[in-house]
Amino acid sequence: MNEKEKYAELEQLIQNHKSQPGALMPVLQGAQAIFGCVPEDVQKIIADGLGVTLSEVYGVATFYAQFSLRPKGEYLISVCLGTACYVKGSQKVLDKLSEELHIPVGGTTDDGKFTLEATRCLGACGLAPVMTINGEVYGRLTPDAVPGILAKYQTA
Amino acid sequence: MDIYRSHVLVCGGTGCSSSGSATLIERFNEKLAENNLEKEVKVIRTGCFGLCEAGPVVIVYPDGTFYSRVKPENVDEIVTEHLLKGRKVEHLVYTDHATREQNAEKALEDITFYKHQHRIALRNCGVIDPENIDEYLAMDGYRALEKALTSMTREQVIDEILKSGLRGRGGGGFPTGLKWKFTYNSQSDQKYVACNADEGDPGAFMDRSILEGDPHAIIEAMAIAGYAIGASEGYIYVRAEYPIAVKRLTVAINQAREYGLLGKDIFGTGFNFDLFIRLGAGAFVCGEETALMHSIEGKRGEPTTRPPFPAVKGLFAKPTMLNNVETYANVAQIILHGADWYASMGTEKSKGTKVFALGGKINNTGLVEVPMGTTLRTIIYDIGGGIPNGKKFKAVQTGGPSGGCLPESLLDTPVDYDNLIAAGSMMGSGGMIVMDEDNCMVDIARFYLDFICDESCGKCTPCRIGTKRMLEILNRIVNGKGKEGDIEKLEELAQTIKSTALCGLGQTAPNPVISTLRFFRDEYEAHIRDKKCPAHHCQALLQYVITDKCRGCTACARVCPAQAISGEVKKQHHIDPDKCLKCGACMEKCRFGAIVKI
Repeated sequence: MNEKEKYAELEQLIQNHKSQPGALMPVLQGAQAIFGCVPEDVQKIIADGLGVTLSEVYGVATFYAQFSLRPKGEYLISVCLGTACYVKGSQKVLDKLSEELHIPVGGTTDDGKFTLEATRCLGACGLAPVMTINGEVYGRLTPDAVPGILAKYQTA
Repeated sequence: MDIYRSHVLVCGGTGCSSSGSATLIERFNEKLAENNLEKEVKVIRTGCFGLCEAGPVVIVYPDGTFYSRVKPENVDEIVTEHLLKGRKVEHLVYTDHATREQNAEKALEDITFYKHQHRIALRNCGVIDPENIDEYLAMDGYRALEKALTSMTREQVIDEILKSGLRGRGGGGFPTGLKWKFTYNSQSDQKYVACNADEGDPGAFMDRSILEGDPHAIIEAMAIAGYAIGASEGYIYVRAEYPIAVKRLTVAINQAREYGLLGKDIFGTGFNFDLFIRLGAGAFVCGEETALMHSIEGKRGEPTTRPPFPAVKGLFAKPTMLNNVETYANVAQIILHGADWYASMGTEKSKGTKVFALGGKINNTGLVEVPMGTTLRTIIYDIGGGIPNGKKFKAVQTGGPSGGCLPESLLDTPVDYDNLIAAGSMMGSGGMIVMDEDNCMVDIARFYLDFICDESCGKCTPCRIGTKRMLEILNRIVNGKGKEGDIEKLEELAQTIKSTALCGLGQTAPNPVISTLRFFRDEYEAHIRDKKCPAHHCQALLQYVITDKCRGCTACARVCPAQAISGEVKKQHHIDPDKCLKCGACMEKCRFGAIVKI
């Protein structure tokens, strides 16, 4: 999808939800999916389209963890820090990833390839500790397994 | 309808999907076709069986053979041996943790993990195909809705729920029937029913499993609730992090509409009811009812003071009745079998069953449903199979970030709402995380406070600033910089936050600290006074040393990233504590168990 098509889809999204009560959340969720983030110009279009103030859109966009104002990396690595994973050592897995990728938690690598996130319980507690890379689940992890998993994506 | 001689049930819950159950289903279908069995054997993707530890799980009926940790390459063997020749594949059969026996003849319900369970909310999970409404109908599905609409008055429905003693399964434990009654009593042109499926407690996943395994049960219950309180619309607020649940719920709602079980004039009674899904966006506080409703309205998910309660003024300023997923999962069964049946299970003030998500340092991680009043010991040791690797039990955390940690001395407590509160924890949504001797209780308290600080919406001062101050003190303690007076400061802050925060999230935020201080105060004192972590977990407070078991193989010295280890070949080595980064690499490398943490 090129930029023009993305904006056309955003307009369509706004039209689809405009009449429904509480439209702002589904529209922001749609926009996040289309653009990978909700930057200021997208927020302006949503505000105009739904007839709400930009501050209201910004307020909602910054409240929820799901929305980001800046683009994320090509591969989003989410390490579960839910209790079950934490007591089984997921913090060490997260630290190892941070060390290997040379980025802090929440950061994106310079080449835009990886974003590293700590996430709340993924509900796959039976596989603890767990992480996902673009939705693909890796379970029963140890810090030693990290470089091998990353290598798969680094060469991809 | 096609008749099959055998059914292969493959778990399609999140746990088993994550370990590759979708590939198994493809492989089964391919292999069955290759052997011309596709008309004789049917493969069904079900919801969660509960025993996530053994995933991916496959059950072959009619024999009920329970295969665990099945890999794609095992499928050929199951097809050619079991399904073609009728010989069970013994080496893939589940090994019972308690009896260590791998018995292919053993019925599912006799396996120790299932033996003590009584499944009401989870009754269809792992039994039916959640994306096929006909399978739900075959399990008495929508019969309760029919009964309510055609033979019961609205008051009778509410009365039945009241008499059953069902209490809110989301954590608060408020009597469900009363909630229904209050909303029924409110006068308005429009009312709403809502379902809280924003399961945010880390380590709790029963709501997700119910939505994934039996979505129609929730739809049916919400329609019954709609009839009872006089609402024509309902909203299900579900976490966006649960894509499978969202998908199956969407499929189920569409099927119910097609069958006329949602929409206009249901069962020809003139009752109209429809359901809509709203997705959460990753905010823990949205599990609080007023915050959740603001989020459905498209606003920031911040709580507001009650009263007015949602029963009077809720979603879009209309009377709203909000229940949690697991609460709804009991409703149809209560209507069908009666309040007396339901109230015959459980304890005096907590009726029925409760689902618990067992996790952490326990052999059988997964979902269990037991009658209220079952002891923690039964849940953890008999069903959960105890602590792995011969470690010692230290604590069980119940109730998520709002709950507390209970020590071994309380293991014989019968679990119900009131007993858990008396013991210094709470039911919460039913997460149960087991911790062993390697877990530091101060660090666990710090972990929960860190979670709360992150998730505090920032609206009220006690929660926004108070929890931050508590976290700072806890960080100081685990980093070896704790001071005399820190414990007292924590206690004072905890009491203040408890009594002044705006919503349930803030009021219960200090609970992990209060409960660990109550039962594990000595660990706090060891950190502060002796600068030691008794569990050898807190890095700043531990030291790696090489004992006389060392053979001088030099493996540790070679792996040390900081060149902190020195010594001659074949002689005992030594770690320089000033250089040591405490990464633990040496300990992992040592083949003689010569390196220990003190």
